[in-house]
Amino acid sequence: MGQAYSAGLTVTDSMIVRKERILPLKGKVLVNKGAKVKAEDVVAETLLPGKVVPFNLANKLGVTPAQLEKYIKIKPGDQITKKTILAENAGLFGLGIFKNEVRSPVEGEVENISAVTGQVLLREPRIPVQVKAFLDGVVTEVIPDEGVVIENKSAYIQGIFGIGDETTGELKMLATTPDDEIDAGKIDDSCKGKIIIAGSFVPFHVIEIARKHGVKAIITGGIDDQDIKKLLGYDIGVAITGHENVGLTIVCTEGFGKITMAKKTFDLLKQFDGKKASVHGHTQIRAGVIRPEIIIPMDFEEKELISKEASLPVLEIGTMIRIIRQPHFGTIARVVALPEELTKVESETLVRILDAEFDDGTRVRIPRANVEVIES
Amino acid sequence: MQYDEKRLTRIVATDCGSTTTKAILIEYVDGEYRQTIRGEAPTTVEAPLNDVTKGVINATQELEELARLKYNNPNIKFMENGEFVIPRNGDIGVDAYVSTSSAGGGLQMMVTGVVASMTGESAERAALGAGAIVMDLIASNDKRMNHEKIERIRHLRPDMILMAGGEDGGTIKHVVEMAELVAGADPKPRLGSSYKLPVIYAGNKEAVGEIEKTLSEKVGLMVTENLRPKLETENLGPARDKIHDIFMEHVMQQAPGYNKLMEWTQGPDNQQVPIMPTPAAVGNIMQTIAKDEQIEVVGVDIGGATTDVFSVFTEDYVFNRTVSANLGMSYSISNVLASSGLANIMRWVPFDINENELRNMIKNKMIRPTTIPSLLEELVLEQAIAKEALRLAFEQHKEFASSLKGMQRQRDISEAFSQSTSGASIVNLMTLSLLVGSGGVLSHAPRRFQTVMMLIDAFLPEGITRLAVDSIFMMPHLGVLSEISPKAATEVFRKDCMVYLGSCVAPVGKGKYGKPALYAKLELPDGSVFEENIPFGEIRLIPCEGGKVAKATLKTSSGLVLNSEKAKELTVDLHGGEVGIVLDTRGRQPFTLPVDKAERIKYLKKWMRELKAYPEDILV
Repeated sequence: MGQAYSAGLTVTDSMIVRKERILPLKGKVLVNKGAKVKAEDVVAETLLPGKVVPFNLANKLGVTPAQLEKYIKIKPGDQITKKTILAENAGLFGLGIFKNEVRSPVEGEVENISAVTGQVLLREPRIPVQVKAFLDGVVTEVIPDEGVVIENKSAYIQGIFGIGDETTGELKMLATTPDDEIDAGKIDDSCKGKIIIAGSFVPFHVIEIARKHGVKAIITGGIDDQDIKKLLGYDIGVAITGHENVGLTIVCTEGFGKITMAKKTFDLLKQFDGKKASVHGHTQIRAGVIRPEIIIPMDFEEKELISKEASLPVLEIGTMIRIIRQPHFGTIARVVALPEELTKVESETLVRILDAEFDDGTRVRIPRANVEVIES
Repeated sequence: MQYDEKRLTRIVATDCGSTTTKAILIEYVDGEYRQTIRGEAPTTVEAPLNDVTKGVINATQELEELARLKYNNPNIKFMENGEFVIPRNGDIGVDAYVSTSSAGGGLQMMVTGVVASMTGESAERAALGAGAIVMDLIASNDKRMNHEKIERIRHLRPDMILMAGGEDGGTIKHVVEMAELVAGADPKPRLGSSYKLPVIYAGNKEAVGEIEKTLSEKVGLMVTENLRPKLETENLGPARDKIHDIFMEHVMQQAPGYNKLMEWTQGPDNQQVPIMPTPAAVGNIMQTIAKDEQIEVVGVDIGGATTDVFSVFTEDYVFNRTVSANLGMSYSISNVLASSGLANIMRWVPFDINENELRNMIKNKMIRPTTIPSLLEELVLEQAIAKEALRLAFEQHKEFASSLKGMQRQRDISEAFSQSTSGASIVNLMTLSLLVGSGGVLSHAPRRFQTVMMLIDAFLPEGITRLAVDSIFMMPHLGVLSEISPKAATEVFRKDCMVYLGSCVAPVGKGKYGKPALYAKLELPDGSVFEENIPFGEIRLIPCEGGKVAKATLKTSSGLVLNSEKAKELTVDLHGGEVGIVLDTRGRQPFTLPVDKAERIKYLKKWMRELKAYPEDILV
């Protein structure tokens, strides 16, 4: 039962970050193993198949699907333009009078012709897609035709929830303390292209101003549910986010509402104020958990690139924890006892609990399910 | 393969859910099978561990530790060197290990048909019955343009596709056209691109040649019997079996650690026992209860991400299952709020709360799904949300569980004026005998009274209905266990899994609060008598132990009726249970709550107090 708690979010001043950068379909990898790349560099590209346009040729020509074969002028694989005649009939008495010809509605390629339905599938030209490195680092593995693995040594912070896609920029600390609520006046043109750090909360009007000044991302302790709704124009039903196009990326480190940013997170961001970071708001809580990330690359030697073996942190006496549900939501404490027996809490639920002590020496008893281990 | 009690004396069963891997130990003790120990651990299909078996090992280790304590025997061990020892040899090992799985989002399917409400719906029923989540139903007549359908198919990335369409011998044009769209989309499987997406064709058999020609190069095509060979016949069995085969052979193979897990699940002779999708296993058990007891049953399993509703109705035991993929108590909790609206949740809350705080609380539960309500106020709120999630899921189910659409019916004169049509819901709450709840919020409610309250408020049972709950959520385990030992599964189900909560009596019809509604006289097994003229808008709870019955005389007033024959007077046996017998005169069809907030809160508190749902201090 030592593991009946949330594993917690990683917040560390130094770790080996390993990122797979994979194309959605097979394509061409543009960098070699060992290459040093910048976040903005394109590492792989491919052409996605174009849109498929179904087109009922038999109907257009006024013949049955079975008759189509006699009149068709194309075959699968043919390249076509809007001028290409797909099929034509011979006209009245086969003399070409009132001849009916059908031209392609799109440019591209013929995919399929069906004698059963009389339908042809036309494919529009391919769409180029590029994958960027996203973080400064070294290409440690090339997956042929698919992408690369990039590694570096970074300070690394996992957020709890975010919106918006991948971006990079310089960190700019605007908050003075972890419980600060930044004033809109602090955001000016000096924030353009930067990743700004608020404290416990960022209200809608401040987000608006940040957006106007070209801020690339905001890192905040908490955010209000209704502000997210205003920003997106809809309510988030299931937490699958990251592809919103709202002009900036937001990474929330603690949760919804006004919540003081964990001191460790705040101190780390302060320590790296002015440094380049890669961030994204991708969040997926179900089936394949994805959390937002703040990656701050550091100088490193390649021989340092050895990742630690993955393991679940252990909950034991002395472990630092963060309480992740009311009461005491957002506060940090140290585990002082782990009673074995099930205990009844205020809601009368019988749960495994732990005793924790705050900095000021006061003690609380909380369900183990409502804490996260802070990895040291 | 099935085994008897000589060969199966100790069994470990796990259910690898999206969040938690739940393990139970079943043992043959003193001439009967019993569930003796239970353990759990976080599921480990995701980073950093990426191996489902790690969670299974952790959960099994907990079982071992608890078994050693229970039997005061330090030598008990189920696994050695990180693997199950099968068969059992004294203290070491187990005779079988079986498992269900819904980890990694479960089985996600797309289905296609020609007419959405006919072959499309039959295909959907087959997929749901096999335990899948249906991501989309694409049909020739679904009003989307063909290019939109292609885009949709391409973007979905399901685990597999089930294609239906056309009666045997009918026209093949539409189903071939659908195959052309699928081929054009060139769909890719969700997990990995190293294999072709499995596509099951279960449509018009005359079209098989053309379908093969169109699809065989692009996808992993498999052909099975037509699931709607005639308009008036559904034949879902072969398609469901095929889905299970593919789930094992293709989909599970791609999930992290499942190769190993599939080798682990074995009977005493080391023969493999297939892993089952969790909902398929629950469906198995539900159908067994209905047939064994010859009753109509509704079951619900409310999870963190999804809510499944199962029902068995009519004399033919027609089984239906629906998945409300975005209604649940953690991952999807925010979607319950979005779907039901705040007012519908607040109508069940007997106190004032700041709306913003509530919204943020719900969102925080969504992003930290494993937390549990520690404060009483938060428990009340979560249970209010659960009522709405259950209500919405049941509404979806009622709409889906219908008679076959598109059939011609001959009507006699008595039917000419009735509203019944082909495709009407077969869910009839008046004839429903048993309502079974399952899933964390129902099974683990601190008070069973709360479970009864949630079931009644969400499902609004009509007439006389027995209520039960899955004690510790072991229906999936028993569903898969029934594949190798129906005896063990049914014995454990009756003795340890099912907890009868009692019965609910709810007259149907309108009334006015305070006016006479129901006269009830209950002769209780201890010799005492409950007798009251209960006004409209009230709830009464009369304790009556499980396994006992109360002899009841019921008489309704002012147009209220007690059963499908519209009886106003009944003498019946009412089954007791852990909670007792609930007499609910709040009316049905419609069921309404007072509009005025203060008035509503007054009544909510009164009902909750009567049902002993919460401690007194929150109800004052």
